Amino acid sequence: MSIFPIYWMFVVATRSSDAMGQIPPPLTPGGNLPGNIERLFNNPDAYFLTGMINSAIVAGTVTFSVVLFSSLAGFAFAKLRFKGSNALLLVIIATMMVPTQLGVIPLYMLMSQLDWNDRLAAVIVPALVTGFGVFLMRQYASQAVSTELIEAARVDGCSTLRIYWNVVLPALRPAAAVLGLLTFMTMWNDFLWPYAVLNDPENPTVQLSLRALSNGYYNDMSQVFTGTALATLPLLIVFIIFGRQIIGGIMEGAVKA
Amino acid sequence: MTAGRVAQVEPGQPAADATRPARRQPEPPHRRPRLWLARLDTKASPYLYIAPFFVLFAIFGAYPLGYTFWVSLHDWDLLAAEHPFVGFDNYSRLLGDGDFWNSVLNTLGIFVISTVPQLLLALWLAHLLNRQLRARTSFRMSILIPNITSTAAVAIVFGQLFSREFGMINWALDLVGIDAIDWRNTRFGAWVAISTMVDWRWTGYNALIFLAAMQSIPKDLYESAAIDGASPVRQFWSITVPMLRPTIVFCVIISTIGGLQLFTEPLLFNSGPNPIRGGPLRESQTMTMYMFENAFAPHFNFGYGSAIAWMLFALIVVISLINVLVIRRLGNSTRKQG
Repeated sequence: MSIFPIYWMFVVATRSSDAMGQIPPPLTPGGNLPGNIERLFNNPDAYFLTGMINSAIVAGTVTFSVVLFSSLAGFAFAKLRFKGSNALLLVIIATMMVPTQLGVIPLYMLMSQLDWNDRLAAVIVPALVTGFGVFLMRQYASQAVSTELIEAARVDGCSTLRIYWNVVLPALRPAAAVLGLLTFMTMWNDFLWPYAVLNDPENPTVQLSLRALSNGYYNDMSQVFTGTALATLPLLIVFIIFGRQIIGGIMEGAVKA
Repeated sequence: MTAGRVAQVEPGQPAADATRPARRQPEPPHRRPRLWLARLDTKASPYLYIAPFFVLFAIFGAYPLGYTFWVSLHDWDLLAAEHPFVGFDNYSRLLGDGDFWNSVLNTLGIFVISTVPQLLLALWLAHLLNRQLRARTSFRMSILIPNITSTAAVAIVFGQLFSREFGMINWALDLVGIDAIDWRNTRFGAWVAISTMVDWRWTGYNALIFLAAMQSIPKDLYESAAIDGASPVRQFWSITVPMLRPTIVFCVIISTIGGLQLFTEPLLFNSGPNPIRGGPLRESQTMTMYMFENAFAPHFNFGYGSAIAWMLFALIVVISLINVLVIRRLGNSTRKQG
């Protein structure tokens, strides 16, 4: 049940658009994939290739920065002593509860003032660090990083930044991988905020391309499904390679939260 | 090994000096500013490390949040030159707005018929997966695959499965002798179709979280219950479910927040000239869609849209609280029985 719609999506992606009307529906791949891809990339409404590239830029940049900033902040909350740390951590947890919808309108107005509408910066910058990321890293760091090791490094004369780089970051690598994968997936799949702020049809993310593809009056469904399949494929590959870590991360994060 | 290193650099130990001549060599005048720097480093650097979050949150999180409320108190037409202050007029107008209540009804309807089966199914799946099974990892991966697929792709694929003339669901219903259902243009049909997409995407995720919690339940509880003659079904309801209560609360709240914000699925399920309306008669327009319709094209009324956003937030808080109360009561009654 869980696999079938995805399997069917790939089947239709390899067939001609007649496949949609056939009864009973065909369940084996056909040979039309190259033609479908060609028509998809040449579709004047979708800007599909631009969408793929834009999504890669957005998801890549955000993933890098979320992992970097969250691990720095997580390290500070877990292992460094400073005034107000508990209260500040509480603020971070509280930010995770607020629905995104509440911020869409004012964020859109802010982007207009900055003149960032229709630019990728509007999607990237607000996502550069998340409360969820900081919290996840703090939880992991307080267990995985030994305090003795940090103190030893400090007595040896390391600056905190050096401790972070040489002692903490290597220990955080598993959590960083999970956070990075989850962030990449979220950004790649995000629809609502790009839909609000990227109105220029020539500069979409991949999900907006899919929307443009499927919203026409006449739909070449095999082409649309080729699009959804291509948009899903990178995540599917990542998931097949790193599935264990992702599942472990979700299960662990949930129990501790 | 670490302890040895600490001892090495303890002041006043000549052995340490001997092993690390380079560190101890610098003259006193140089050491003082370095110490001062080190102290500044330990005092100030934590704030530096957490600063990115708070700076970005202040600009792109907190400020907009407060600002929505401010905007919602104004007649904030994007095309008008002035935005007069109107107090709570937007809210009172909203309370008398039939289309708004229609969107509330749709949101709640879809939320209920998606969340309840989804969580029950997830609980059952987790229970199955918790037994010793072969190929456990591949099972877990396959129930999570829907979750990594984008909502947009899910909505497009399911939109085809639920299409009236050539959809696979109607074809399968026809095989068992049920007439084709017009999933798009009937209210209940659209609710069911959208709920199916939500369930398909999130059941596996919830099942994994339940599974994680089930694995932390001590095994000897089950053993002693079995000795006392409790059946597996009885064990499930008297041990597993009560022990899972915090996790169930967590999943219910996460599903509430997600379910009440539903946007992408209903938007993409409806195609044609005005999908933001959720079908010709607003059969599946959710609150977020209604917010978009008012705040952006075609109306561009930021004040009214912001008021809807705050009402949505209020609804989420209220429903979450009700959920917690209900679950607490349920848990207490089973405990009294047991």
